[in-house]
Amino acid sequence: MSLAFDTEIILSSGVRLATPLAFAALGEYVAERAGCLNISVEAMMLGAAFGSVAVASATGSATLGLLAGVLIGALIALVHANLSHRAEINTFVVGLALNTLVLGLTSYFIASSGFGSHQVAQVRIPVLEDLPVLGSPLFVERWPVYLLLVLVPLTWWLVSRSRWGLELRAAGENPAAADVTGIHVNHRRRQAMLWCGLMAGLGGAHLAVGEVGSFSQNMTAGRGYIVIAAVIFGAWRLGRTLLGCALFGLADALRLALPALGVTLNSQLLAAAPYLLALVAMLAFVASSREPRSLGQPFERSS
Amino acid sequence: MKTLATVLSVAAALLLCALLLVTTGFSPAGALRSIYDGSLANGTALTSTLLYTAPLLLVAVGTCVSTRAGVFSIGQEGQVLIGCFTGAWFALRLAVAGPLMLVVVLLAAAAGGALWAWLSALMYRWRGVNVVVSTLLMVFVAQQLIAFSVGQAWFLQQSKGDKAVVAPQSNQIPEAARLPSFGEYPHISVNLGLIVAVALTALVAVVLARTAWGFRLRLTGLSPAAAQHTGVRTARVTALALVISGAFSGLAGALMLASPIGTYRLQPGMSSNIGWDGLLVALVARNNPWLCAPVALLFGVLRAGGSFLSATGVPFYLVDVVKSLLVLALVVPPVLTGLLRRRPAAVAPQPPVPVEV
Repeated sequence: MSLAFDTEIILSSGVRLATPLAFAALGEYVAERAGCLNISVEAMMLGAAFGSVAVASATGSATLGLLAGVLIGALIALVHANLSHRAEINTFVVGLALNTLVLGLTSYFIASSGFGSHQVAQVRIPVLEDLPVLGSPLFVERWPVYLLLVLVPLTWWLVSRSRWGLELRAAGENPAAADVTGIHVNHRRRQAMLWCGLMAGLGGAHLAVGEVGSFSQNMTAGRGYIVIAAVIFGAWRLGRTLLGCALFGLADALRLALPALGVTLNSQLLAAAPYLLALVAMLAFVASSREPRSLGQPFERSS
Repeated sequence: MKTLATVLSVAAALLLCALLLVTTGFSPAGALRSIYDGSLANGTALTSTLLYTAPLLLVAVGTCVSTRAGVFSIGQEGQVLIGCFTGAWFALRLAVAGPLMLVVVLLAAAAGGALWAWLSALMYRWRGVNVVVSTLLMVFVAQQLIAFSVGQAWFLQQSKGDKAVVAPQSNQIPEAARLPSFGEYPHISVNLGLIVAVALTALVAVVLARTAWGFRLRLTGLSPAAAQHTGVRTARVTALALVISGAFSGLAGALMLASPIGTYRLQPGMSSNIGWDGLLVALVARNNPWLCAPVALLFGVLRAGGSFLSATGVPFYLVDVVKSLLVLALVVPPVLTGLLRRRPAAVAPQPPVPVEV
């Protein structure tokens, strides 16, 4: 086997492992900019993965399954957002309870019933797919991957250029000031969470009916937490966050591929890499970091 | 009204679980029966419930300390694992004879958990790293550290002996490092771990409620600004609270390692989510150390009873569903009744209050 061939294999599995992360990171990025440190991404991805395979099995259409997954992500987001920004229950606790609940529910259902295998269609981009090395990793993919081409600029525009995004960032930076200028802080936060649910749902559904084609117990296996790490690693900037996702996807691909290639690199170190990198990034970039100043803090009007 | 709302929402949660069972073709009564059989029905069952209660209680009480100081940490699971790790390392590498060995293991585990939490406190102090984020990330680092240590022959991997295959786990810790139990097995037997956990719970409750240090800690949690004005060194108090919470979680890890819950070996995943559950226990108990005991017992019942569920064909994961629905059911009602009561007041015009930004 040639080096080019190995690279192509690892790249292609890296892209496959990174895309669900990238979708969910688009959501988590928005949520965190609004000040919601949302730790139920894991629940959203897992619930969506389960829902997408369930609906795909029931209807025979993987695309409908994908849609159902997105809706389930949104549903979990609505539950989380209402409990933490309307009822003002500690958001981390709600997140943890939701993570446990969804893990329990999906494991319960998958243990007592099985689903068939469904996968959305693959799209090959003509001409480009013949490129050496990069051809098959980037241009032969399940179609939802290409949604990133739309969703990434859209997310960037929403957060950085739209009025809604400005209000959202204000809610994340200084909710008291935002409130004084007439922005309904908790409305914005709930909307940001909804976007997070849609995107994390898409990520989870894409993992299930896009890349894998079936559901297995706890199939997201902590990817939601990696997404949180990616946003931190990206210092709350969209480009760096997506770079983080790519990096973490590649590290995962290496961890899986290296033993087969006869290279011994510590697999635990590679598995811990995303979390270590996120910690290092927080320590290193603190001066230039754009951490939303009220990240994770609830907002309650004082009068 | 609050009690009524709580009763109603717990009933709703249980009804949902029953509905889940019925729609998947199982009998709710049967499931309840098997949870009861596995957790409370006889001495052996009760013993296993109490075994799970002890580490849950320790994690929860530690969480009370940090949360009361206004530090929200979600890294207990990692601290439990590090407790298992340091406890196992000292038990396997240190040749101390007699009861001193057990003391060393417990102290080492507590120190390990404390150290792990201290790293987060340090990152906050040094660079202002968000504590929620750093404690969460450290959980996954801890998981990989355990997986690494039991995969290396020079570190903590099981020595080969006469077996050809070496599993990713450590050797069994020596007899002297295990927590003794009191009582005969057909009846209830109480593990030393439970006694330690209950004693520490009482200690924390008294220290928090009755001592000057406890007052400073609570004041820091309630109003850091006010605490600082009265001369409390809030940074030191919060860091210490986080470290204490880590020590309690680490000690819980020692209980997972040295009591008959596990296999007396260091294994990846041996914390079995005790850290996450302990955090939920503290939450349900509203960070009141005394209340942590009954809630930990309830979670212990679910854990011990859950293993009996599979006998009736119900997937074990039902326990996770019950647990998380119960948590939500116990957390939501006070807030909702509070909201209902507050709403009329919010509509009435109020004089402007100066806001300090």
